Amino acid sequence: MIAETSTIKIPNFSLSPRVDQVGIEERAARVTKRSIKKESKLNGLLLALNMIDLTTLEGKDTDGKVKQLCYKAQHLHDAYPGLPTVAAVCVYPSMVKTAKQALGNSGIKVASVATAFPSGQSTRDVKIRDTKYAVANGADEVDMVISRGKFLMGEYNFVFDEIAAVKEACGSARLKVILETGELGSYDKVRRASDIAMYAGADFIKTSTGKISSAATLPVTLVMLEAIRDFYYETGKMIAMKPAGGISKSKLALHYLVMLKEVLGEAWMNNEWFRFGASSLANDLLMQIVKEKTGVYQSKDYFSID
Amino acid sequence: MAKAKNNTLKLKFDTSWNFAPAPESKSIASIKDKYDLFINGAFVKPSSKKHFKTINPANEEVLSEVADANAADVDKAVKAARTAYDKVWKKMSGKERGKYIYRIARMLQERAREFAVIETLDAGKPIRESRDFDVPTAANHFFYYAGWADKLEYAFPNRQAQPIGVAGQIIPWNFPLLMAAWKIAPALATGNTVVLKPAETTPLTALKLAEIIQEADLPPGVVNIITGAGATGAALVNHPGVDKIAFTGSTDVGKIIQRAIAGTNKKATLELGGKAANIIFEDAPLDQAVEGVINGIFFNQGHVCCAGSRLYVQESVYKTVVRKLKDRIETLIVGDPLDKNTDIGAINSKQQLETIHKYIKIGQQEGAEMHQSSCALPGKGFYCRPTLFTNVAQSSRIAQEEIFGPVLTIQTFRTEDEVLEKANNTPYGLSAGVWTDKGSKIFNMTTKMRAGVVWANTFNKFDPTSPFGGYKESGYGREGGLHGLSAYVNLI
Repeated sequence: MIAETSTIKIPNFSLSPRVDQVGIEERAARVTKRSIKKESKLNGLLLALNMIDLTTLEGKDTDGKVKQLCYKAQHLHDAYPGLPTVAAVCVYPSMVKTAKQALGNSGIKVASVATAFPSGQSTRDVKIRDTKYAVANGADEVDMVISRGKFLMGEYNFVFDEIAAVKEACGSARLKVILETGELGSYDKVRRASDIAMYAGADFIKTSTGKISSAATLPVTLVMLEAIRDFYYETGKMIAMKPAGGISKSKLALHYLVMLKEVLGEAWMNNEWFRFGASSLANDLLMQIVKEKTGVYQSKDYFSID
Repeated sequence: MAKAKNNTLKLKFDTSWNFAPAPESKSIASIKDKYDLFINGAFVKPSSKKHFKTINPANEEVLSEVADANAADVDKAVKAARTAYDKVWKKMSGKERGKYIYRIARMLQERAREFAVIETLDAGKPIRESRDFDVPTAANHFFYYAGWADKLEYAFPNRQAQPIGVAGQIIPWNFPLLMAAWKIAPALATGNTVVLKPAETTPLTALKLAEIIQEADLPPGVVNIITGAGATGAALVNHPGVDKIAFTGSTDVGKIIQRAIAGTNKKATLELGGKAANIIFEDAPLDQAVEGVINGIFFNQGHVCCAGSRLYVQESVYKTVVRKLKDRIETLIVGDPLDKNTDIGAINSKQQLETIHKYIKIGQQEGAEMHQSSCALPGKGFYCRPTLFTNVAQSSRIAQEEIFGPVLTIQTFRTEDEVLEKANNTPYGLSAGVWTDKGSKIFNMTTKMRAGVVWANTFNKFDPTSPFGGYKESGYGREGGLHGLSAYVNLI
């Protein structure tokens, strides 16, 4: 879907709204005080499972690795019938074809990183070709990275134009824009980058590549959800959110769902509008789900590691 | 997706995924069927032979019966405090006094969960607040002042701090345990003895504190806790054996006390009502400002003397702020205070709920526009939804009089000078809040605001080290910090 940017007034990004650090961290902390029990816990765990982008982004990825991951995506834990599948599998462009074939018509999306992931330090031409290659191989979604260097130099037009160009190269694929929040320096900057990405045509805004130590946090995600909300009220357009990296425990995933519920509400509470970029989260969710049913925690060895 | 008009866009916070009940267990709370008066280190029957009930405002069930102290009981308590002062407490070294106070602090910490549950049952405040704020902060006050007990020679340079004598202390129902801590801790640390009267709707945590005090082996008569209503309080204020009055409550009663002690030698500190202005400038981080405003008025159901009950929004961001406020109140859960997910608990009493309803009606009659959240309310008990009033003027009664409930009035302003004048245009002067990203504006505003506590980019932040109190009709004297010692000493 092509964004109708012609009717939307693009703001001056140098004047993007400020974020108070103490305030945002307190609001994020309050979310962790919510007590999620019984049926709301089980339903939350199942919802979170269905929102996962199961990810493998290693130099040593091979066909074999990707195929097995794709099987896991469709068969998370067959010992417990009725489980949902994950939302998508996320791989490098060179692995897209393999993933697409392995996932068949399961309904699980193939997401591909692109644009010289993870650093983004390359030419426009290389980035566009990287994107087109992924899309041509069957990627349903493209996870691009913004040029953080240019952003920190204040060249917001450059960052904007790059996103818009990648969006065009995506064709009908949905575009996730990775801000790499850990490199931006402050919550103010996260807000600014979020606004740039949304106005430039992003379908998703995403926190991190997962390749540096600083990844998704509750306050950073809150900043981005508030940006999405303001954008929605300004333009009528929904933008999806994906926190990535550092979310390996079910309890934390449930905190994110509480935050999503209290900031954006019902329309965003599904995997079309929210994803978890995670690899080990799935097994922790499965362990908690089985515990809700049986009353006991099973050993890790009962949950496959693919 | 085509651009839709702003005013038709709406978010739905009542989602298909919602929170199952998460009640805190009551089993830890051990509440006796009947309590007597705590005088001279023991629980003694009231001379009046009368008891009255205390109920749980969440469901109107009776929790217990507590004694109704009459003038004779007050006399007994004051005499016990006097004897303890003359014979034991004023002679004890600061170091030893500190040990007792520290012991009380530790015991309160150890029984924190029980105290939190009982506070929630008796007062109606959410367990999340009594657990995370009331009880820990109360314990912290005891810890803090335990530390001052043996350092008074350093508190007032070149002056010697001597205790005053017997302190008569009357506390309100909004923070029953915390107010007891605010009163008792500095009094004991400085060598005074205490007769404390908790509010009639919330006597239980003070009585549980009495049990701790008894178990801590505090010398008999140093702290006496007598329950009762207005008459008991009046008897205490008027008793000639009381050297110092400490009162937290309404401005009206504060004035009565002021008149009653005029012409006597009694010292007093009064912490009274408020109608705090919370000011959002256009350059404020708006979502965080809205969160602060929400906390400022809905914390403890708005039963807070320093509640930010008047919101002033710079006109250029008015529509956005109101939209954000309305969205945020939709996510606040009003319900059983014992449920861990409850944001807004029960109104403390039927009387207070009637007062709040009265003001809501006044607001509507004055032409203000009322907006409430759409949440469900429990069938029994006293509850009020979070309420916003727009189209409010400076001369509206709801913007002038203290409502003491979850009701926020919203006005606009254009310039700093204008909002400064409006914020100060009130007989009260307890607290205020300023929201802006610009540092120079914070300093400029806060130095000119006539309020005892001014918060910048935050609200309702308390600490035992930080003095709290008001200007004008919000009272005088400070509680907390070094300043909190002054009220309880004579300096020579």
